[in-house]
Amino acid sequence: MTTTQSPTAHTRSTSSRKGPMRENVLSRSAAMLIMGVFTIYFLTPIWWLLVSSTKRLDQFTSTAPLWFTPDSFVAFFDNIGRLFAYNDGIFGQWILNSVLYSGVGALLGTLFAAMCGYALAKYRFRGREVIFNVVLSGVLVPATALALPLFLIFSQIGLTNTYWAVFLPSLVSPFGVYLSRIFAAASVPDELIEAARLDGSGEVRTFFVLGVRLMSPALVTIFLFQFVLIWNNFFLPLIMLRDQALFPVTLGLFAWNSSIGQNPDLRLFVIVGAFVSIVPLIIAFLSLQRFWSSGLAAGSVK
Amino acid sequence: MKSTFKRTATAAALVSALALAGCTATSTEEPAASGECAPSDGPVTLTFTSWVPGMDQVVALWNEQNPDIQVEFQTGPSGNSGTYQNFFNEIAAGNAADLGQIEYDALPNFRVQDGLENIAACAGVAEASDDFVEWTWSQVTFGEADAVYAIPQDSGPIAMYYRADLFEQAGIAVPTTWEEYRVAAEQIAAQGAFITNFPKTDVNWFAGMVWQNDGQWFANDGENWDVQLTSDKSVEVADYWQAMIDDGLVSALPSFSDEWNASFNTGAQWTWISAVWGAGTIRSGAPDTAGNWRVAPMPQWEAGGEAAGNWGGSSTAVLKGSDHPYEAAQFALWLNSDPEALALANELGGLYPASKAGATLPVFTADQEFYGGQKIYEVFAQASEWVIPNFIWGPTMTQTYTDVSDGFGTALSGGGTLLDALTAGQQSTIDALKAQSIPVKE
Repeated sequence: MTTTQSPTAHTRSTSSRKGPMRENVLSRSAAMLIMGVFTIYFLTPIWWLLVSSTKRLDQFTSTAPLWFTPDSFVAFFDNIGRLFAYNDGIFGQWILNSVLYSGVGALLGTLFAAMCGYALAKYRFRGREVIFNVVLSGVLVPATALALPLFLIFSQIGLTNTYWAVFLPSLVSPFGVYLSRIFAAASVPDELIEAARLDGSGEVRTFFVLGVRLMSPALVTIFLFQFVLIWNNFFLPLIMLRDQALFPVTLGLFAWNSSIGQNPDLRLFVIVGAFVSIVPLIIAFLSLQRFWSSGLAAGSVK
Repeated sequence: MKSTFKRTATAAALVSALALAGCTATSTEEPAASGECAPSDGPVTLTFTSWVPGMDQVVALWNEQNPDIQVEFQTGPSGNSGTYQNFFNEIAAGNAADLGQIEYDALPNFRVQDGLENIAACAGVAEASDDFVEWTWSQVTFGEADAVYAIPQDSGPIAMYYRADLFEQAGIAVPTTWEEYRVAAEQIAAQGAFITNFPKTDVNWFAGMVWQNDGQWFANDGENWDVQLTSDKSVEVADYWQAMIDDGLVSALPSFSDEWNASFNTGAQWTWISAVWGAGTIRSGAPDTAGNWRVAPMPQWEAGGEAAGNWGGSSTAVLKGSDHPYEAAQFALWLNSDPEALALANELGGLYPASKAGATLPVFTADQEFYGGQKIYEVFAQASEWVIPNFIWGPTMTQTYTDVSDGFGTALSGGGTLLDALTAGQQSTIDALKAQSIPVKE
């Protein structure tokens, strides 16, 4: 190796690299630290939930709250089995209901929001801005404030305590309309729609073939938002539903939790049930985030 | 067309909301609707809302035996967690369930807002008064003549759970009066433990203490409500517990929390003055202490006294607007007096029946393994007889509880006294009654 020439060049090159490197390391570790703290903050309750659901009822107060017991593995499956068996398997029914309310509700809600947003962005008609502003003001009205009026209206038409009482209001997503409009305006070029029209495509077909595909990243976002919103929606089912076969899992767990005084065994089911009830949300996020992030990046480089 | 419908619906909603808010005490009008309770023709279907675990199976038992009166079971969270509000919404919308579970401390609220049917004229109801523990019956009649607004379901007579083994080891006598209880508290504190906790959120527990002291929080002379949170008897109880707090003899652990359960499990707290349903709470919260707990009567204000308070308990009420009050009353009577129904409700829902015959069910005469083989329910049956009748709940208990609980929290952290909390609760309760146009004595 040529040893005489390189030292200066070598040191220079390292020193010149060292400056930004050190900054990088500093800011990086700061960022990592902050993210780490937040991760711990957000994950600890879930960790607690996971650990707690592997304990038997008599172990809650007598074992370490954040670590497993020797027979955790067996106890966990035992707990899950008992949870799904309790009261003729009502918990499984609640999970199914939640999946139905959230899945179908979010799917249709997203479709309607996409259609509405697309129309508002791509068609010029009188009153367009008025409609948009009215929808937008809907974002500002909290869903809880609408629950009681909805109950009184649904009472008049005999729809309370039915599947529809929770499903119908879930189809509406003013925020989805807003996001769709913005995204349609930015990502669906008028020229493409023009070209489709010249090729003889009808408006509906253009929307489904062209619009939906180009808007898909926004639609995934809206779907996820709406899914989580309906899954976590508690107040509307609380006011509307009396038949426990119609309950979503949130309301069911709340009802159990409020009856712990009468039946202390429910404590176990509430904890294990709460853990099981977040699993579908995690699945939805993990499986959809791929579309989501790839969609957001697509087109940004072109 | 659509918009007209919407407008009328909104208007209807508004009107009913106003009507609800504008309702005033109606305890003086329409003394009785006697003779109006006739059976319906043909088979009927009733709806019944309750949050007691396993109540659906009790209802299924009735449905098997009564093909002509079928009961559809509905459920929800416990009363104050949402079901009461749901009842009021339904009554406003005119589609309330025929029957609803209502705790004794919430009944006056429903009575004042005219949410209950008087079922005194229904067959078998008036005759049933002797079948139920005296104080529970006075809770459902409000002392009105020819009136019964609900059938008592369960009750929560109070006694004292204590760690017999720890008391014995330390050579401390089991207290029978509040004075002795205070002495024991000091001795236990010297051992580095607490005699009990002062529960800031369980204001109805505190009411049970006042109840035992023959105190009242409310009175109603037929026209006006009189708020008496700061009556002499109530103040006496507040002062007693305030002294315990001041001297650090009671813990501030919130009841029913994990830490609180753990404190029983590890022997950091030695007693719990609680209702009959607390037996299950200790059993599941402090499993390591099996065999060490016993139950004794509540400490008394006077040596040799025979007084007890009550904490909790509920009734089965026929809600306003029911089309079938006769059938609803029959179901309510069966639900709360049939031995099979009571046994099932106790097994699945932990209810301690308000019916006198209920205390003789096999479950209540058996030895309790967790309590070292003691027949603890005999103590509670006695306590049930000792509960002073005629305790009156106010019509805005949820608000009173919240306000007093806030004050209790401040007192526990040293920012005031329990008496301050009651004084503040007294004023805010009067304000709340006025805000609902309920006549109240200043």
